[in-house]
Amino acid sequence: MDTEMDQIYQIDVGNLLAFNPNHRFSSAPSSREELVKECVTEGTKLVQAIADTLFNFPSTESVDGPLVQLPPPTTKLPREKHLPRPKPPTKWEEFALKKGIQKRKKDKIVYDETTDKFKRRHGYDRVNDDNDIPIIEAKASDEPGEDPFAKRLDDKKKRVDKQQKNRLQNLKSAAKAGALPSHVQLAASALPITGTKAQPKKLGKEELGDVAGLAATSTASGGKFDKKLPGEKPPKKQGKHHKYLPVVPRYGWVDEEKEQTNKVLGKLLSKHSHEILNVGKAINMYNDKKEKKKSGRSDKLKPKKDITKKKPYANKANK
Amino acid sequence: MMEIRTPKTHKAKRVLEKRAPKLVENGKKTLILHGTKTSATVSSVLMELYRLKKGGAIKYSRRNENIRPFESGGETSLEFFSLKTDCSIFVYGSHTKKRPDNLVLGRMYDHHVYDLIEVGIENFKSLLSFSYDKKIAPHEGSKPFICFTGEGFENVPELKQLKEVLTDLFRGEVVENLNLTGLDRAYICTAVSPTKVFLTHCAIKLKKSGTIVPRIELVEVGPSMDLVIRRNRLPNEGLRKEAMKSSKDKPKKKVKNVDQDDVLGKLGRVYIPEQEVGKIPLPDKSKGVKRERREGKVKKNKEEGSASKKLKESE
Repeated sequence: MDTEMDQIYQIDVGNLLAFNPNHRFSSAPSSREELVKECVTEGTKLVQAIADTLFNFPSTESVDGPLVQLPPPTTKLPREKHLPRPKPPTKWEEFALKKGIQKRKKDKIVYDETTDKFKRRHGYDRVNDDNDIPIIEAKASDEPGEDPFAKRLDDKKKRVDKQQKNRLQNLKSAAKAGALPSHVQLAASALPITGTKAQPKKLGKEELGDVAGLAATSTASGGKFDKKLPGEKPPKKQGKHHKYLPVVPRYGWVDEEKEQTNKVLGKLLSKHSHEILNVGKAINMYNDKKEKKKSGRSDKLKPKKDITKKKPYANKANK
Repeated sequence: MMEIRTPKTHKAKRVLEKRAPKLVENGKKTLILHGTKTSATVSSVLMELYRLKKGGAIKYSRRNENIRPFESGGETSLEFFSLKTDCSIFVYGSHTKKRPDNLVLGRMYDHHVYDLIEVGIENFKSLLSFSYDKKIAPHEGSKPFICFTGEGFENVPELKQLKEVLTDLFRGEVVENLNLTGLDRAYICTAVSPTKVFLTHCAIKLKKSGTIVPRIELVEVGPSMDLVIRRNRLPNEGLRKEAMKSSKDKPKKKVKNVDQDDVLGKLGRVYIPEQEVGKIPLPDKSKGVKRERREGKVKKNKEEGSASKKLKESE
């Protein structure tokens, strides 16, 4: 290394960082290339200095190459997030501390006295399962109409709800101290309407689309020329759905219209046509129509044609 | 009414745990953004920076018109992006008449802006314009050497901040074990003047030398540019102290009851609690516990032992 200037580099091996605070450009660099060259040579010296210390570390051989253990970095850089904050003790933890209750490790397999077997504590076929109790003996304090099994279920439900509430309270106090566990998020759910328990029904995606379509039909052109928002689907076809067959059959293709009429005729004129045609119904329909024609129409309701009035267009045509 | 939301899949849980504040943190990710208007140089700088930091950077390609890092209201979008992508360094490039080829380097603490530094780019040479032997091209994601030259980095506060920001930007992950064959890149920053820094990216060639330490040769491969300091914003003291706190810094424990005296040396104070005479436990004077009895027993055992030996020998 040069001994002209006191070349002490500040090296941080943990970051592979080197800083040379003593370099001064001897003269104003003449050209860009000169400047670049000088910078690169200085850089080379610095990298060499780091490599000197790095390659002298004890190395272990691995599949990819020599591995070296780096010391922790010495330059202090700011953290990206705050230090994890201590969690405030939960209600139970406070109580346990006060009473001096120690945590006891529970076994996964427990001896069940009723069946003289070892069963697991939680899960399928567990010890003391609520559903397995066949008989509950009546006590003097029981009311006659009460179902003890239902009561047990009810009690359990109440206990579970209470525990949920306690858990929520604990998490709230942890959130207040800024120490909410990373996998939990507290979110405000919908506010209940006072008086009713039913929550407002949320509209699904399709239903919202239909509502937009309904609003569109109130426009003069039936919503056909409305500007669509990005992502809005085109409206479902309103009104009658006609399917028209082509007038002129395509070359090489079957004439569909002909086919259609032939099909109907075939059915009518076939051997089993009496089975297809409901003769009774057809006769009834014909009779009904006849009767309606006879009775319903009264000429008094129809506007009378005035033969004396001349059509304006007829006059114009004569001229 | 509050409800508790927990992730329903293991993957989601792992992601949340990765983003949670920890004692030892992950490497900082970089967010690369475009401003309202970007010139060709700025766009290529941003693209090449993204390529250099491929594993740990996220690049947004759309223009962001409502981001103004130096204005008080213009940081909300940045903070939102930082929260969404879990990035704590950002690089925002823009081009205006007043500030041509502008680059704002910023850092976040707890997803709020910590400090900013604005630099102008001059004499930019893209990495495509360098021709070199492809074999020495640095691999993606390798840990780089970072070198700073020049007294400016020590004396000028803006350059000091720039040095810190560049270290943070190029550092990548902090690793314990390093593979020596994987060292192939170096960033060289030289303080040309109190306001100008020359930055270049080089590949490393290791050449044989007589010793274990190979001889290093640097070949310029990557983008090179001049950074001209424009504006900057330092973090406020309280925030800086909090961010620099690490778990290993223990507060200096004041040793109590110890004094230093010039004449007598180190003096200590001892406090004796009040003696409650009525409650002092009396010594155990029961017969079996007395020392004479105990010692007598031990002696007896020894004699017996030797006596039995004699018997054996005689037999």
